Amino acid sequence: MHANSTLYARRRAANFAFIALSLGAALFGLVWLAFILGALLKDGIAALGPHLFTEVTPPPGAEGGLINAIFGSVVMSLGAVLLGTPIGLFAGTYLAEYARHGRLSFVVRFVNDILLSAPSIVIGLFIYELIVVPMGHFSAIAGAVALTVIVIPVVVRTTENMLLLVPNGLREAAAALGAPRSYVIKLVTWKAAQAGIITGVLLAIARISGETAPLLFTALNNQFMSTDITKPIASLPVVIFQYALSPYEDWHKLAWAGALLVTATVLTLSIIARLLEKKRT
Amino acid sequence: MTDITLQEPAALTSRAHKARRAGAGDTRFRLVTLAAACTVLLIFMGIIVSLVHGAMPAFKAFGFSFVVTEAWRPVREVFGALGPIYGTLVTSAIAMIIAVPVGIGIAIFLTELCPRLLRRPIGIAIELLAGIPSIIYGIWGLFVFAPWFQTAVQEPVIEALDGVPVLGTLFGGIPYGIGIFTAGLILSIMILPFIAAVTRDVLETVPSVLKEATYGLGSTQWEVMWKVCLPFARTGVVGGAMLALGRALGETMAVTFVIGNAHKINPSLFAPGTSISAAIANEFAEATSPLYTASLIEMGLILFVITFIVLACAQLMLRTMNKHAAGH
Repeated sequence: MHANSTLYARRRAANFAFIALSLGAALFGLVWLAFILGALLKDGIAALGPHLFTEVTPPPGAEGGLINAIFGSVVMSLGAVLLGTPIGLFAGTYLAEYARHGRLSFVVRFVNDILLSAPSIVIGLFIYELIVVPMGHFSAIAGAVALTVIVIPVVVRTTENMLLLVPNGLREAAAALGAPRSYVIKLVTWKAAQAGIITGVLLAIARISGETAPLLFTALNNQFMSTDITKPIASLPVVIFQYALSPYEDWHKLAWAGALLVTATVLTLSIIARLLEKKRT
Repeated sequence: MTDITLQEPAALTSRAHKARRAGAGDTRFRLVTLAAACTVLLIFMGIIVSLVHGAMPAFKAFGFSFVVTEAWRPVREVFGALGPIYGTLVTSAIAMIIAVPVGIGIAIFLTELCPRLLRRPIGIAIELLAGIPSIIYGIWGLFVFAPWFQTAVQEPVIEALDGVPVLGTLFGGIPYGIGIFTAGLILSIMILPFIAAVTRDVLETVPSVLKEATYGLGSTQWEVMWKVCLPFARTGVVGGAMLALGRALGETMAVTFVIGNAHKINPSLFAPGTSISAAIANEFAEATSPLYTASLIEMGLILFVITFIVLACAQLMLRTMNKHAAGH
């Protein structure tokens, strides 16, 4: 009896320690989130102002904003989404609709999942070799293509996942009405998976709007406003990187303001994507 | 042949004509999707081919000694990748040692212990942590975390461990704030949400019958988790951890800010170092000679190969897990 009660006490103690540890783990995660967001809000809001949206990035010691960087980020992200979404959408459609169990699909799926987590700096090197070297100089086009390479796998994955959720009955009913395969896909399954596919595109935008590494030696940077896509262009993440590592106090402030803008964009997009997803289910 | 095609349109009603056009469009659509799927493969092969091509001069100049040489002297055109490779592996190891247990703890908390009301908000908060771009971790690490870490942790630890064998060397030297250990710590915060999210999803596939049966035998929550749920979900948990390791190895911005960018291997973990991705990010745009550029590209190739192997293992494990789960 005595042995039993000590064993029982030991098991209870182990259980208590286990609960305390996992509670501690959850708190640990949340504390970092609060720590990071807190610092971001404190330093970011202090540096916010209308000048961010009206003036270009300044030389050290001068007043300035981030408009050229914001513009560059928007242009390259837009280019990447316009280029990457159709490719990702079609590739995901092929995987889910045409060759679900094919050998090619197996390989594409495998490679796509690798690309999804591949180091983004390597993608920068790839585009450098592919576009920057032949062109002879850095350009907004190269930056946009580098971001496209990041967009494609995200869209492929979500498109395939969403199309797989569409019940086969819908496809069969449409086919029974005499619709050719491509009509079934375009008018029925894409429609049914619409919200999910849009979610995927939003997540892809969220992903690229903070990407820095692939832009460092594709789009480079530009201190001035540039609308020429064959020339180097500024982007928010690269400006944050450059300004944060500089010794100038006012550049640090601009870096924090940029960081706040990027984070706000990313979090807003993820929350919208989440709401869309919830509406669907 | 010719007169048949001339007659055909006349013979067809407009509806049949439409159907034939739709058939042609059908094939075209299929081919377009096939081409898009092949684009994914082309990108992957393009990455390998372009990296190998770009790294050629460095291959020829240094051969295998590139990966075992520590010296990195751009002025004298001597390049060795050992320092960055060491930095990449050690920072990732530190990140995994911290993030794996904590991530699993968070997942257990979310699936088993958390009050139902808090489950969604906490889950969302952890996932938001995963969405924060790495450059934010970098700027926060440099301006907020490193100064705090320097005074609150490094100084007392260096003082306390001074003279202790092994530990004194590992955690010795000058408290810079930035360095290999700081980079590993920030990486661990970055990959924590991935591990937590994958583990949570995997734990949710454990059939409740199993858990109920174990509880029915009088087990505590700890015993249910440790002896039933985790063994059941093992492959998935390991797969998720490998996925996170793949991310940690290739992570650039969060590391670049806080690692210190020194190509020397120092026995102290608090000392500055560099990683493959940080070296490329810092030096590539300023690399002046072709051999310098080629050496950086070869490091990129090494990084890509390492992450490919890790991610491929992760995938195979997660796939096995999914098949396993589908069988139940």
